[in-house]
Amino acid sequence: MNKQSNFSPPWLSLAPAIAIIGLLFGVSVLYGLAQSFGFLTGTEQEALNLDAYRNVFAGQGPAGREFWSSFGFSLWIAGISTFVSAIGGFFVAVWLNGRRGRGSRGDTLALNWNLAFPHLVWAIGLLLLFSQSGLLARILASMGIIQTPSQFPVLVRDRLGIGIIVDYISKEIPFLALIVLAVLRSQAENFEVVAENLGASRWQRLRYVTIPQVLPSLLSGSLLVFAFVFSAYEVPALLGVRYPRMLPVLALEFFTNPDLNSRAEGMVISLAITVVVMIIAAISIKFEKKIG
Amino acid sequence: MKKILNAVIRFFLYLVLIAPLLLFGVYAFSERWFFPDVLPSTWTTAPFLRLFSDPKTVGGLLTSIGIALVVSLFSLIVAFPAARTLGLRRFPGRQFAWLLFFLPTVVPPLAVGMGMNILFLRLDLAGSFVGVILSHLVPTLPYTIFTLSGLFANYDENYEYQAIVLGASKRRTFFNVTLRLVFPGLIVAGLFAFLISWSQYLLTLLIGGGKVLTLPMLLFSAVSGGNPSTIAALSLLFIAPPVLVIALTARHLNQHGNAIKEQY
Repeated sequence: MNKQSNFSPPWLSLAPAIAIIGLLFGVSVLYGLAQSFGFLTGTEQEALNLDAYRNVFAGQGPAGREFWSSFGFSLWIAGISTFVSAIGGFFVAVWLNGRRGRGSRGDTLALNWNLAFPHLVWAIGLLLLFSQSGLLARILASMGIIQTPSQFPVLVRDRLGIGIIVDYISKEIPFLALIVLAVLRSQAENFEVVAENLGASRWQRLRYVTIPQVLPSLLSGSLLVFAFVFSAYEVPALLGVRYPRMLPVLALEFFTNPDLNSRAEGMVISLAITVVVMIIAAISIKFEKKIG
Repeated sequence: MKKILNAVIRFFLYLVLIAPLLLFGVYAFSERWFFPDVLPSTWTTAPFLRLFSDPKTVGGLLTSIGIALVVSLFSLIVAFPAARTLGLRRFPGRQFAWLLFFLPTVVPPLAVGMGMNILFLRLDLAGSFVGVILSHLVPTLPYTIFTLSGLFANYDENYEYQAIVLGASKRRTFFNVTLRLVFPGLIVAGLFAFLISWSQYLLTLLIGGGKVLTLPMLLFSAVSGGNPSTIAALSLLFIAPPVLVIALTARHLNQHGNAIKEQY
C-alpha cells in the first residue's frame, strides 16, 4: 500500500466536521477577538485599540467599577459550589458503592435523573420552592413558624448568591457522584477486602484506599464543574440580584447594551471568563492524563 | 442504626427524584392558591389549556422540536464518519483534529455566541432559523463526535470485512452490519444531542435575537412575567422530552459505567 492511500481517507471523512467547527467556532472566536480590540463594532472609529481592555480592567466607567467585584463574586460562587459538590458527590458515591445488588439500580437512576432537568428548569424549581411565597414558606406558615411571607429568609435572589449556590450544589453532587461511582465500580473490590483483612479500620480504608483511587477523577470532574459554574449564564440570571452579579450576566448586559461602545467591553469580559475556564480545563486534563 | 441511616439517605435520594415533578405539578394545576395554604384550594387544568391555545407557545414548541431535530440529525450524519476515523485510525494529525473538536467544549458558549452574533449579522443569518441551527451545532457536534468515537474505539471492523468477503455490497454492509452494531450508541448520542439543542438558551438568544422563539426563550420571559402556574406548566412542557429520554436510556447510561460529562 502506498503512503497516500493511508493518509487521505482519514481527512476526507473528517473534512465536513472540521469545516463546520472550523468555520462556525473558529471564525466566531476570531470575530469576538477582533471586536474586543475595537474592530467590527459598527461604530465610526474602527481602529485597533485596547480601550475596552483598559475600561474593563482598570477603568472608572460602569464596566471597570463592577468587573472586579463581579470577578470575586463569580470566584466565590464557583469555588464554594465546587467544594461542597465534590465532598457531597464523593460521599454519595462511596455510600452507593457499598450497597451493590438489590436496589442499587434505582439509586443510580436517581442520580441520572437529575440529567432530565436542565439548569434553567432546576433554577425555576428552586424559585418556586424557596421564594418568600414559595412552597417552603407556605409549609412553615401552616406550621405556625412564620406568619407572613416577608418573615421567610431571602434564600433566592439574595446578595450572597445562596440561591445560585444551592442550585449548583444540588445539580453537581449527582454529577460528580456518577463520575466517582464509575471509578469505584471499574475497580476490583479486592483492595478494600485486602485492607480490611490486614486490619484497616473503616476510616483507614477510606483514607488510604478509596480516596487515592478516586482523587484524580474527582479533581478533574470538580474542575469541570468549576469551569461550568464560572461561565454559565442561566442560573445567575434567574436566581441572582442586580448587585453583585456574576461575570456572564455582566458580560451579556454590556454586550446587548444599545450603546455600541460597550459591546467591546462585554466581549472583553467574556474573554476574561474564557481565559479562566481554559486554564482550569488544562489543569483538569493533566489530572485526567494521570488516570489513564 | 445503620439501617435507619441507609433508609434516611435513600429517602432523600428518592425525594430528589420525585420532588421537582411534584413541585411543578402542584403549581401547574393550581388555581387561587393563597398564602399560606400548603395546597391549592382549587385544582384546574386551565394553565395547560391556556398554553395550548396560545399560538406563541405552540409556535415555540414546534420551533424547539424542529430545530432540535435538524440539529441532532445533522450532528449524527456529520459526526459519524469523523468519529469512526478518530476512534479506529491512528494517523498523523489526529491530535490536531481531536483538539479542534475539543476546544468548543471548553470555550464558554457565551464567548462563542458573542463572536458569532457579529459574524452572523454580517452573513445575514442573525435572527433566522438556519442561523440558530448552525449555532447549536457548535456544542452538539463535538459532543456527538466524542460519544461516537468512544463507541468506535471498541468496534471490531472485522465484521465488515467478513460481510464483504461473503459478497455483500458496500451499501448492504453499511446498513446490515455497521449500522446495526453501533445502533444503540447512535440513538443515545442522537438523543443527547437533541437535548443539548432543546435546552439551549444563550446561543438562541444571541443568534436568534428574539426573533426565533424556542421554549427556553418563552420560559425565561415567563419567569420575569411572574405567574407561577404558567411558569410551572411551561416548565413541565419543557422537561417532558428530557424526562422521557432519561427514562428510556437509564439502562444504557450505567452499562459501561460511563457518566454523561455534558451539562446543559
